[in-house]
Amino acid sequence: MIGLITKRAGMAAVTLFGVAVVVFGLLRVAPGDPIAMMIGPGATADDILRLRASYGLDQPLINQFWIWLGSLLQGDFGTSISRRIDVGQLLLERLPATIELALMALLVSMVLGGFIAIIGTLWRRHWASGAIDGVNGVLLAIPEFVWALALVLALGVAFPVLPLSGRINPSLTTDFRTGFSLLESLLIFRFDLAADLARHMTMPVLALALPLAGIIARVLREALSEAMMQDYVTLARVKGMSELRLILFEAMRNAIGPTLALTGVQFTFLIGGTVIVEKIFSYPGLGNMAIDAVVNRDFPLIQGLVLMFGVIFILINLLVDFAVVAFNPRLRHG
Amino acid sequence: MVDVTITAASHQNWKPIVAAAFSDPKVAVGGGFILLLIILALGADLIAPHDPLAQDLMLGSLPPVGMAGTEPGYWLGTDDLGRDVLSRFIHGTRIALTVAFVAATIAATVGTVVGLLAGYFGGWIDVVVSRLIEIWMAFPAVLLSILIVAILGSGMHSVIIAIAIIDWTRFARVVRAETMAQRQADYVTASTVLGFSRLGILAGEILPNVLWVVLGLFTLELGLAVVIEAILSFVGLSVSSDTPTWGGMIAQGRGIIYQAWWVFALPLAGLLATVLAFNQLGAGLRRSLDPVMQR
Amino acid sequence: MSALLSIENLSAVSRRDGKPILRDVSLQVESGTIHGLVGESGAGKSTISKIVLGIVSGGVVVTAGRVMLDGKDLVQIPERDKRILIGSQLALIPQDPLTALNPGRHIGDQLTDSLRMWKGFNRKAAWARALELLDHVAIRDPARVMDQFPHHLSGGMRQRVLIAAAFAIEPKLLIADEPTTALDATVQKQVLQLLKRLQAEHGTSVVFVTHDLGVVAQICDDVTLLFQGKVMEQGTAATIFNAPRHAYTRALLAASPRYDNPAAGLNPIDDAVIAACYAQIQQFDGVQHG
Ligand SMILES: Nc1ncnc2c1ncn2[C@@H]1O[C@H](COP(=O)(O)OP(=O)(O)OP(=O)(O)O)[C@@H](O)[C@H]1O
Ligand SMILES: [Mg+2]
Repeated sequence: MIGLITKRAGMAAVTLFGVAVVVFGLLRVAPGDPIAMMIGPGATADDILRLRASYGLDQPLINQFWIWLGSLLQGDFGTSISRRIDVGQLLLERLPATIELALMALLVSMVLGGFIAIIGTLWRRHWASGAIDGVNGVLLAIPEFVWALALVLALGVAFPVLPLSGRINPSLTTDFRTGFSLLESLLIFRFDLAADLARHMTMPVLALALPLAGIIARVLREALSEAMMQDYVTLARVKGMSELRLILFEAMRNAIGPTLALTGVQFTFLIGGTVIVEKIFSYPGLGNMAIDAVVNRDFPLIQGLVLMFGVIFILINLLVDFAVVAFNPRLRHG
Repeated sequence: MVDVTITAASHQNWKPIVAAAFSDPKVAVGGGFILLLIILALGADLIAPHDPLAQDLMLGSLPPVGMAGTEPGYWLGTDDLGRDVLSRFIHGTRIALTVAFVAATIAATVGTVVGLLAGYFGGWIDVVVSRLIEIWMAFPAVLLSILIVAILGSGMHSVIIAIAIIDWTRFARVVRAETMAQRQADYVTASTVLGFSRLGILAGEILPNVLWVVLGLFTLELGLAVVIEAILSFVGLSVSSDTPTWGGMIAQGRGIIYQAWWVFALPLAGLLATVLAFNQLGAGLRRSLDPVMQR
Repeated sequence: MSALLSIENLSAVSRRDGKPILRDVSLQVESGTIHGLVGESGAGKSTISKIVLGIVSGGVVVTAGRVMLDGKDLVQIPERDKRILIGSQLALIPQDPLTALNPGRHIGDQLTDSLRMWKGFNRKAAWARALELLDHVAIRDPARVMDQFPHHLSGGMRQRVLIAAAFAIEPKLLIADEPTTALDATVQKQVLQLLKRLQAEHGTSVVFVTHDLGVVAQICDDVTLLFQGKVMEQGTAATIFNAPRHAYTRALLAASPRYDNPAAGLNPIDDAVIAACYAQIQQFDGVQHG
């Protein structure tokens, strides 16, 4: 088991290195001189040359790469061109909002997907399960971008019950100590703030959660139905367990492992989806900033953001690998 | 020693398969809607009631028929510049479908070839491809596509290239796994014994069987490509802003959503229906092809 | 002695093609006895067991008959009552110990389910009782086994665990569906002895499903012999073995390895006997439909 973990961690490191290479390559092929952009108008040719040398840009490409990688490893992501702030600091500022959004969406999708799967399994011999499958098919077919727009129209305009943009009502001026506003407001018992944050989050969370809920429901439902046909469930049925209990306590245990593994991988896609969803709802997270960075050609910021997402994705995949081992008694005890 | 009919059996008779596919209700509904879109795209100049670019500020923000204050001829209303929403929508199908078909074809071709090679030859090719796929998966697709278009400069070509660059892995992953499975299958072993060249087996034996799987993926990819194009034009990076696109209409409509929600609603409905249609088509195709593939 | 389980004129067909699976089956299981349900593969033995236990698949439709347990008809009573009745009074020892234990749950949890559900045991008491039960089925180091997962145990061990679980709630009726077929010969014998011992101790009634007449001779009091879902012969084990009336029984006895004299040769069942059996079934089906 230790061997498996080290192997996975090693592969993750290789992938991370590959991501760095791709990011480096992408930014080299990007048109425009990064130094010229960094330094702004009014700099002399000499200034530019000096800056070039200081960044190692006068060296061969391969050396440039190592210099670049070295500064990244020291936590130096450069300075944002459009915002004139340290990129690392900007990322840390925005990260909590995106984490709250993504985790909330994950939670909602697991609860909703699990609920659909359980109801579907419970009613699997009933005509209603066909209807549930149909609804589920729609959930998972529609991508988060389209869900977000549909929600804007439905809950923002047709029945204007939810705010269309932002994270919190600007009139509720509060100094949060951390970026985890929702968590913090709950911890300091400011439920008024929490409620407002939740209202702002509802639409982006739903847009992100609905497709994943559909995927979770489908995979879990299949795994549950498969497990419900196993001998051990039949035996438990003879013991007099109710159908719901059979699903929750006998079948779920064996169905949840594969589902969680898939959910982990899909969660990375959900995080990728925050990019456009945050943009649509002007939610102040990493994704929103990423689109602005691209539109403004703020390459240091783009580079930091892409690497940040890459690290998050790879970490999640690594965690999923470990979780799969931890959840499977066979693997755990080897 | 080796029964040659085994080889023949892998080229299944495709006529009943196609017949079965067309009689599937999902294929009929999904395919029917896509066909309608194709007709709209091809005949946009004839079908659209107005010039999609013609502005008339006197006729700005007209609501669709059935609401108060409509103007005859403007069935689904106008935007704030007085352009006919229906006509812009119809012309928007052009970009959507062109991008979808071209990008999906490139992604499918590249992904299939790479997947076949990795799955069949294994070894270092497979190691490299698997690693590449893993690295690709570490980028958020939307962000990467936006970045690529930003680097290449906006325009339809960039959008197509971006989608192909992002999504070839979808095909490569599945084709690689499928090829590995097929490689184990009897008929390939049989052909190897008969002395076919390795590339010959790849093209002649494995590809035809893998193609069914690719077809299902391709259908889904079409839907995804339509969405990515819409995202890119929503962000303002797709084609130039006066060419009507669904994403562009949505972005424009988002700004005037309280005055003229229909500018937003129609392309959104189109997007929704298109995604569902491609999805149904793909599901139907997979369902009707699956028993043939014995899976 | 009165019948604990009384199956009366039970008929069932396949949902798919309407083919009869059970043909007017009646049998009585007396209190404290072992009733052997014998027949070749496909005779309907498992189907009968499953109908009694309320776990028959949707592919099988019961068309007629009653299954009376202690005076209550298991086919008729509401689903919930049936579940409680079966859970608290019946138990099953399944055929395949490898698939009958949940791979994701600790042995201890699976053993204590029934005790906690139907005997009012709390977690701790159930755990202690389960340890006793494991000890009773001759499992060494029960405390360790309680904390293990099924994949840690051998097939024979798992079957012992399943037997312990079955006897945990002191069921009135135990159904053992070929409980030893999946085990190898030496283990088979031990498990059979164990089963017989526990049955005698607890005075449990058992329906013992098998196609092995040797096993029947060893442990059964009464026997029902099935062919294609039809009862061919029924009676005490002594009568069946010593004075079989039906030609099929005689042929079957001649065809089985002699439990008293394994060295004697086997006589394959005569085709004419099988043909006669099919004729009897056809005649029965004709009467039913004509
Ligand atoms: N779910 C089902 N749907 C349709 N037919 C079934 C189903 N289950 C069993 N049958 C049919 O019922 C008949 C009896 O099957 P059953 O399993 O009861 O036989 P058995 O006596 O237990 O045989 P074995 O010794 O092989 O276990 C068989 O002909 C079988 O095909
Ligand atoms: Mg059976």
